[in-house]
Amino acid sequence: MEHQEGKQEFNITVYTENQVGLLNRIAIIFTRRKINIDSLNTSPSEVGSVHRFNIVINETEDVVRKLCRQIEKQVEVLKVYYHTNEDVIWQELALYKLSTDVIAEKVSVERLLRENGARTVAIRKDYTVFETTGHREETDNLLSILQPFGLIEFVRSARVAIIKDSEGFNAKLREFERLEPGEEVIENEFLNEGDQVFTM
Amino acid sequence: MITFRWAKKLNNMEVAQQSISEIAVQSAESPAKEISGSAALLEALIIEGVSTIFGYPGGAIMPIYDALYDYNEQLKHVLVRHEQGGIHAAQGYARTSGKVGVVFATSGPGATNLVTGLADAQIDSTPLVCITGQVFAHLLGTDAFQETDVINITTPVTKWNYQVTDATELPEVIAKAFYIARSGRPGPVLIDITKNAQIQKFKFKGYTPCNHIRSYRPKPIVRPQFIQQAAELINAAKKPFILFGQGVILGKAEKEFAAFVEKSGIPAAWTVLGAGAIPTSHPLNVGMLGMHGNYGPNVLTNSCDVLIAIGMRFDDRVTGRLDKYAKQAKVIHLDIDPAEIDKNVKTTVPVWGDCKETLPLLTAAIEEKTHPEWLQLFNDYTRQEIEQVIEPELNPTTDEMTMGEVIKQLNEITKGEAIIVTDVGQHQMVACRYAQFNNTRSNVTSGGLGTMGFALPAAIGAKFGTPEKDVVAIIGDGGFQMTLQELGTVMQENTNIKIIILNNRFLGMVRQWQELFNERRYSFVEMKSPDFVQLAAAYGIAGKSISDRKDLPSTLEEMLAHKGAYLLEVIVTRENNVFPMVPQGCSVSEIRLK
Repeated sequence: MEHQEGKQEFNITVYTENQVGLLNRIAIIFTRRKINIDSLNTSPSEVGSVHRFNIVINETEDVVRKLCRQIEKQVEVLKVYYHTNEDVIWQELALYKLSTDVIAEKVSVERLLRENGARTVAIRKDYTVFETTGHREETDNLLSILQPFGLIEFVRSARVAIIKDSEGFNAKLREFERLEPGEEVIENEFLNEGDQVFTM
Repeated sequence: MITFRWAKKLNNMEVAQQSISEIAVQSAESPAKEISGSAALLEALIIEGVSTIFGYPGGAIMPIYDALYDYNEQLKHVLVRHEQGGIHAAQGYARTSGKVGVVFATSGPGATNLVTGLADAQIDSTPLVCITGQVFAHLLGTDAFQETDVINITTPVTKWNYQVTDATELPEVIAKAFYIARSGRPGPVLIDITKNAQIQKFKFKGYTPCNHIRSYRPKPIVRPQFIQQAAELINAAKKPFILFGQGVILGKAEKEFAAFVEKSGIPAAWTVLGAGAIPTSHPLNVGMLGMHGNYGPNVLTNSCDVLIAIGMRFDDRVTGRLDKYAKQAKVIHLDIDPAEIDKNVKTTVPVWGDCKETLPLLTAAIEEKTHPEWLQLFNDYTRQEIEQVIEPELNPTTDEMTMGEVIKQLNEITKGEAIIVTDVGQHQMVACRYAQFNNTRSNVTSGGLGTMGFALPAAIGAKFGTPEKDVVAIIGDGGFQMTLQELGTVMQENTNIKIIILNNRFLGMVRQWQELFNERRYSFVEMKSPDFVQLAAAYGIAGKSISDRKDLPSTLEEMLAHKGAYLLEVIVTRENNVFPMVPQGCSVSEIRLK
């Protein structure tokens, strides 16, 4: 296939039921092939009761496609998609904790924070917490900027990604559907019926 | 709220209705009654058509066993000697009967003893529902006595698993378990029930079998354009070749498959688990694929122009070296599991779906043909194989007997009508190569996982699955000693199975590899065995040991005529190798005859 020659970052979006143990079922599909999950986020989706996993791994497209099929085979998984970074809008959130004294004393810190679009989340007598969202490079950049000023704590969230609703995505969907036949793009009458559907 | 647009849609209504009609649904008028979770479980099993359970009691599953005491007439419980024996028996039962095998085991060690059988059933797509007891819900996670995290231990080796902590969940969960186990590509399901849920009384409103789960699509939708493309390739092919696997049997599509093969006139070869889907004697059945398969099918895989794979998954033991596997051919792959398409071999046309549906469509779209010259090539290779391999194996001139001649003699007596259960190793390959299978579901073996110790318990289950058939277990001296405790089950149940131990005093397959690839450094493959006949006698099982060729026909006759179980030990030549062989890392066309 086109991307066989090299590995790259892929964003895997998994729509699932919300059930205990499903995270493990999905995770072991990666670990049994000794593939490291770079980032994993679970959240609700636009449909009530349907959950969404955002998983980021660095692999070849061929492997990613096989992984997606094996994930989709799981009983509680509704649908799986994979996308390159170009096909999604993605963000990560980072928190930085600094001594309040340092900020008060060093004007440059305040300027650097502003330049990097950091927002203040909490100000206490002894510490202040800032937040940025953006791509990995942006949050990394602020991390290295703040290191010399006695950064107390740093944490970054998993990636969340929205699939670009563009022609590219539709083509991808069609390709996916061709290779992995689901229904044509149609309404799913069962998903909004709530209790009338056999669920657990 | 936005409608979720790309979710799987229900497309299995037909199957659902069919399976419901097969099941006697409990009358809806019966008023809700207070029963325990354990009783609800057993009621559910009865409605699902379960008649036989293989199990072993223990502390955490005692309430279920207590309830079972009152259901003795409807549910036959077979007390095995080890939980692994129980699950292999359920596998044997499922494989011969086509029904879901059911296993009971207790928590902790009882549950962990199921793991090998679950892995075996998962890789060989065998429908099972395993019920394990679990400690009280309030003790979960506290390292209570006989507590193990069986859900997480078994996640990689089950199609689905679920822990029940509240009895009211049970009817729905059991319904789901049976539906998942038997639909689509079948597989094992494990339901872990905490002791409190087994005891808990609740208003049982009756049991309705499950026919759909919104996130689960048992089979993909058949795409007419792929049928069309496949038919075009087949019609234009000069040297087409069919590979078939257990999917044909699991899909109950043997008739549809035979019709396809006969109309297309294409030679067909089978994987180990596909054996019997069409009779061994069928003129277009050209033999077995893979590492110890037949000469022609392996070599000609790399000469065919269109390869039609039906219900098989291109296991590495079938393909040999992948980058030299059928590179010249266009590949048509019929499979119910989308994850199998392109997994190992790149497909030209993926024919998604249940082969019960796709095969008739494909048969209708192809031209009636014969391929006499192409078929002749297979026959030419067969002639070479007979000369160099088969003849010396089946009609040896050596003093000692070969495994092959035992199978040949057995064929002459059973006429291909018996269920042949094999263990794992040399005897398995010899039995699969030479045994005659007239009927589907008559070959029971551990294919994907290669579980030594599978055959004896699986044969017990196979007999319960098809009591009207002769069941012959062919086992090596090594594998037999892995689960020989199940002779106790044979004794207690008076199971009429015939056990043939092909004893070469070696772990033969490993020895063969050590001979061929490790300069005969026989590292821990020599095996001493007990007196098998005396061992059988201790269990009240008739037996005989023979080492002389002239005793073979009469003893086999005696064994099959014997009323009840019989153990026959045949001392065979020690250092025979199974050939042909595709050495590991070699292409299928590099198959060796010696």
